[in-house]
Amino acid sequence: MDFLRPASWEEALAAKAEHPTAVPIAGGTDVMVEINFDHRRPEYLLDLNRIGELSEWEVGEGSVRLGASVPYTRIMENLRGELPGLALASHTVASPQIRNRGGVGGNLGTASPAGDAHPALLAAGAEVEAESVRGSRLIPIDAFYTGVKRNALAPDELIRAVHIKKADGPQQFSKVGTRNAMVIAVCAFGLALHPETRTVRTGIGSAAPTPVRAKTAEEFLNAALDEGGFWGNGKIITPSVAKQFAALCSAACNPIDDVRGTASYRRHAVGVMARRTLTWTWESYRGSATRTEGVA
Amino acid sequence: MRVNFTVNGRRQEADDVWEGESLLYVLRERLGLPGSKNACEQGECGSCTVRLDGVPVCSCLVAAGQVEGREVVTVEGLADFAEQRAEHGGCATGACDTPEGNGISLDEAKGWAAKGHDSQTGEGTQLAPIQQAFIDAGAVQCGFCTPGLLIAADEMLEHTPNPTDADIREALSGNLCRCTGYEKIMDAVRLAAARQSEAV
Repeated sequence: MDFLRPASWEEALAAKAEHPTAVPIAGGTDVMVEINFDHRRPEYLLDLNRIGELSEWEVGEGSVRLGASVPYTRIMENLRGELPGLALASHTVASPQIRNRGGVGGNLGTASPAGDAHPALLAAGAEVEAESVRGSRLIPIDAFYTGVKRNALAPDELIRAVHIKKADGPQQFSKVGTRNAMVIAVCAFGLALHPETRTVRTGIGSAAPTPVRAKTAEEFLNAALDEGGFWGNGKIITPSVAKQFAALCSAACNPIDDVRGTASYRRHAVGVMARRTLTWTWESYRGSATRTEGVA
Repeated sequence: MRVNFTVNGRRQEADDVWEGESLLYVLRERLGLPGSKNACEQGECGSCTVRLDGVPVCSCLVAAGQVEGREVVTVEGLADFAEQRAEHGGCATGACDTPEGNGISLDEAKGWAAKGHDSQTGEGTQLAPIQQAFIDAGAVQCGFCTPGLLIAADEMLEHTPNPTDADIREALSGNLCRCTGYEKIMDAVRLAAARQSEAV
């Protein structure tokens, strides 16, 4: 095994181009476990810790450009306003020790369906900034996950940053597990209200081969909210609408039975989380709407 | 490969390090510092917790090559680290330059033990306040999880001097203990916090 230690992003791209089998390592949450347990013996480890810019973020007009290695701890502490869904999801990642080193780039690189960041990214809307010596491209998050632990990266590409849309409304994240800390999601759900476009977006984790959006459920809910004039009148969401939304979110799952839970449990739990996160975010939206309009 | 880094305030050099090796392995097997414990090797248990440039991390998930030029504090150096912090205030994060001559040598660290004189554990040994509190509160049973808990608890008290129970639970949520049921550990951290605020 060789340990490659590029001092700059350009050097890292050159190293990855020269050695496409090199495994990038930043927080080590996934890579070190595989090596410790002898599940993987990469020819090359490509250490990204020395590249300072990967741990930085920029808050722009409409989006946040989040460096691939910004630790979850920093996201929780600094980006709760801009990226509330991702901040909530970050707080459910493993333990303080892991959150101090792990970042969204690693979650995307591993592309495990159980990665905690994915539902929040899907719900908020994001693009992955991938780069190689050949150039840079933005991959829409919906097109990024291509299979179980597979993603759209080419062998010579590295993840530099993620561009995540700044929240224009309430966002929520919910995760099912046996306790609060150190839990790999049995399943997870992210939901974001986008009042500017009057749309709702979702993200489902650990209940299909890849993280997915519940698109049929989103379309149903967008139409129902539009028809009832809910965005304008700020009414409570009709229970039948919430129920149907939950059922459609369950239907968007394609889960398996495994040690953490059964497929039918996952389907059920995703429906429950869909209903709850919709209620939480909608209540929050109604609250802020009444405040800004000054109506009791 | 060779890895140069600072351990407990002194420059150290580890030779013949395999590229896939963890920081934990280097500490225990190359440098002879077995204070950081090796249990799950997957970041679940927190017993290998050390501070890397001041930040608590699982040393089993840090590749050896990633610590080149960086600063590590292990439980063997915790007493000295706490003393330095008490003397120099802001210089507590481990990220500051340590002048040569400070810190703990490998031999000192290897010989470190809370031996005590008579039956009183730890008496006459230099201890960090959090270590003394763990002894006084009876928070140590088999002791395997203790080094990781000490590092995590000490770091929390550094930036949260008056923690709520929720703060303590959150800070220690990455450290498993199978003996105590955590109650005595909670007591120990509360005790250390109380003593710390008395001292100020």
